[in-house]
Amino acid sequence: MKTMIRSARGALLAVAALAVAAPALAAGEGPHIERQQWSFSGPFGSYDQAQLQRGFKVFKEVCASCHGAKFLAFRNLAEEGGPGFTEDQVKVIAAEYEVLKGPNDDGEMEALPAIPSDRFPSPFPNEQAARASNGGAYPPDFSTLAKARAVASGFPGFVFDIFTQYQEHGPDYIYNLLTGYEEPPEGVEVPEGQYYNPSFIAGKSLAMAPPLFEEAVEYTDGTPMTVEQYAHDVAAFMMWVAEPKLEERKNLGFRVMIFLVIFASLLYFTKKSVWRDVDH
Amino acid sequence: MAQQDTVEPTRRDFLYIATGAMGAVGVGALAWPFIHQMNPDASALALASIEVDVSSIEEGQSIKVMWRGKPVFIRYRTEKEVGEAKEVPIADLPDPMARNLNLGPDADASDVNRGVEGNEALIVMVGVCTHLGCIPLGEAGDFGGWFCPCHGSHYDTAGRIRKGPAPENLMIPPFEFISDDVIRIG
Amino acid sequence: MAGHSNYVPQSAAAKWLESRLPVISLVRGSFVDFPTPKNLNYWWTFGGILFFVLIAQIVTGIVLVMHYTASTTAAFASVEHIMRDVNFGWLMRYLHANGASMFFIAVFIHMFRGMYYGSYKAPREISWILGVVIFLIMMATAFMGYVLPWGQMSFWGATVITNLFSALPLVGEPIVNWLWGGFAVDNPTLNRFFSLHYLLPFMIFGVVLLHVWAFHTSGNSNPTGINPKTKQDTIPFHPYYTVKDLFAIVVFMIFFAYFVFYIPNFLGHADNYIEANPLVTPAHIVPEWYFLPFYAILRAVPDKLGGVILMFGSIAVLFVLPWLDTSKVRSGTYRPLFKQFFWIFAAVCVGLGYLGAMPAEGIYVTLARILTAYYFAHFLIILPLLGFLEKPKALPASISEAVLAGSGGGQPAGAVSAPETK
Repeated sequence: MKTMIRSARGALLAVAALAVAAPALAAGEGPHIERQQWSFSGPFGSYDQAQLQRGFKVFKEVCASCHGAKFLAFRNLAEEGGPGFTEDQVKVIAAEYEVLKGPNDDGEMEALPAIPSDRFPSPFPNEQAARASNGGAYPPDFSTLAKARAVASGFPGFVFDIFTQYQEHGPDYIYNLLTGYEEPPEGVEVPEGQYYNPSFIAGKSLAMAPPLFEEAVEYTDGTPMTVEQYAHDVAAFMMWVAEPKLEERKNLGFRVMIFLVIFASLLYFTKKSVWRDVDH
Repeated sequence: MAQQDTVEPTRRDFLYIATGAMGAVGVGALAWPFIHQMNPDASALALASIEVDVSSIEEGQSIKVMWRGKPVFIRYRTEKEVGEAKEVPIADLPDPMARNLNLGPDADASDVNRGVEGNEALIVMVGVCTHLGCIPLGEAGDFGGWFCPCHGSHYDTAGRIRKGPAPENLMIPPFEFISDDVIRIG
Repeated sequence: MAGHSNYVPQSAAAKWLESRLPVISLVRGSFVDFPTPKNLNYWWTFGGILFFVLIAQIVTGIVLVMHYTASTTAAFASVEHIMRDVNFGWLMRYLHANGASMFFIAVFIHMFRGMYYGSYKAPREISWILGVVIFLIMMATAFMGYVLPWGQMSFWGATVITNLFSALPLVGEPIVNWLWGGFAVDNPTLNRFFSLHYLLPFMIFGVVLLHVWAFHTSGNSNPTGINPKTKQDTIPFHPYYTVKDLFAIVVFMIFFAYFVFYIPNFLGHADNYIEANPLVTPAHIVPEWYFLPFYAILRAVPDKLGGVILMFGSIAVLFVLPWLDTSKVRSGTYRPLFKQFFWIFAAVCVGLGYLGAMPAEGIYVTLARILTAYYFAHFLIILPLLGFLEKPKALPASISEAVLAGSGGGQPAGAVSAPETK
């Protein structure tokens, strides 16, 4: 048993050493982020299909006019662990978009209605075109954005993050940003073409105008049509876009953990049994 | 140690067997992701169908299109070619099955079962030799159909193997007309 | 190695093989019959754990290569393809990315174990030096692997680290251009890193075999630091240490799986989910956590060349560690003063890691300088002096005596036990 305690202590030590050295703390300084409740957090978290469908609607009707999602295929919308659209719904959604295909027999590229295997077309053909249309700012692609934004937890927060399994930096940040627009306090100069938002990760103002307004997107299921609700829904949707295999991962993880714990216990008793005659 | 083993052999043996079995199960379960990752991925499975406009093919002409990374031959056969294909008794064919995925697995290799339903001059086939996967040449070989230069398989004008090492007729993929002019393959 | 085998070929086929290629007796002599001190504690299982992690990294890496595209235009997209479309691709990538961190966690514990118990001392200097070689190749492998996803941190990490070589006088610039295959980190750089990232793990594997060969020639060290004297002091490797190592590996797998399945991105950096952009530098460039102590040493020096020299020096000093420690006593268990300095040193390393993640300004720089100075002082001043100044405790007569004292009591207190039980 003594050796067990030793090894447990060893593991704890390793965790502590690792925790202190972890990079997540990076700068330490950043905007204040209110953490939100998410259905997909924690060891048994899963996406809320209705929320993802609402979030998709917000994305489609608001965000997609400037932001792309180039790694997201229409077929993903019908895949397991996602918003749960049916294959027929996906065909209809895809057909609303046009993608460049070809060259055809005349050597021309043609804009044809998308099919489920196509990726979401980006609103701008390239970064330069996007900047030219947006006053020099580049609306980032949504494909991995929810994993690409993290306001550091700082010390000792990031140590607790290991045990609470906090992996929702991205959606929390997105929610705070979308709901964080306000009038600049007195004496604060906001540059031309920028909007004051203290939740922004790199400065206090950004080039994106407040995108969400009450009742901007029609919800038919009775969900309140508020900015907060839209922000929650679209942040959840973006998390799914960035991490579509989250449910599969947590489901498999649970089974792996159960297996490993049982196997380790069996091995522990086997080890004790093998060593029973040896003083050590 | 040997003497002590006799004291409580059952319990200890059970522990070792249980541990070993658990380990074997673990190794087996772990192997699956490493094997399955080599299967066709989601993006490959999604590219299952293509649409082709066949209205511009003239009699005696063929086109080649890509479907699932393989060529598909679409040929508007001449009357002579169709006639030749129809004359061959099925009993003389090395492979008497239609190999047409739009029909049942036991359909015979008659020309009717090989051509396009309602448009017998048209034939749609996966252009991959059933021997070892080379691409046969059109209007060639001893039977005026296709000839595979790799190992000398001769196919007739209905894409049926007649001579050479290939075991089966050229495969006919699943397809349907979605309008008068356009077929969807896959 | 084969010398320890009790293997006597029985069948005619076995005799035929044994007289031509004695591979069975080699394996049995090294991993079955090999006489191993019976008092190895769980810190010794990290060797086995490291072997497991190395194999896991090689296997998952080979799988990832089946789906990855090494090209600046396609690398990022191919990684996303792995994450989204490839069957279990997300699992392979998270295993491989977190596996790198697991490798370093295990190797740091393994190294500190060696330092505490004096495993580097004669006659095991070669084994220790080969270990440092493995550590160096590991760092090169991890660094180049981190570049492959072609995210922002990949690109800028590669830029910053390769620029270290530009500090060398005269040859610096040509060397950096040679490393890059151009005038900036670009497609040629990505492709050569990919090639080397694939090659180096197999070199690690080769050096690991030499590392094991070396300490199998001298025999394992053990917590008492005294050599086995009689047969009572050792037990065959199998089944005792096979089952103990296996148990430790599975416990380590639980730790590993927790990261892979529940917090797969905890140890990574969010910026690496942004595709590399040579026109925009991220606000804070931070290396992966396992490089942070060395990064802190690099930044502690205000001079470019000096920082690079000191950083490489912090690893180079490990090569001569066997000759810097002047104590006649091997194990830290019997060295009361050394023990305290050891823990201070461990804390300094963790502190350097923390400072490596902090911005290089103000108090952080001052602290980094103090800790860097201590790091070198530990090796160059404290260890050489301790051998002369310290009065070690009485050593037990044998491993068996120490073991009996540890579990039976009544013997000289603390004659043996793990460091943390005292």
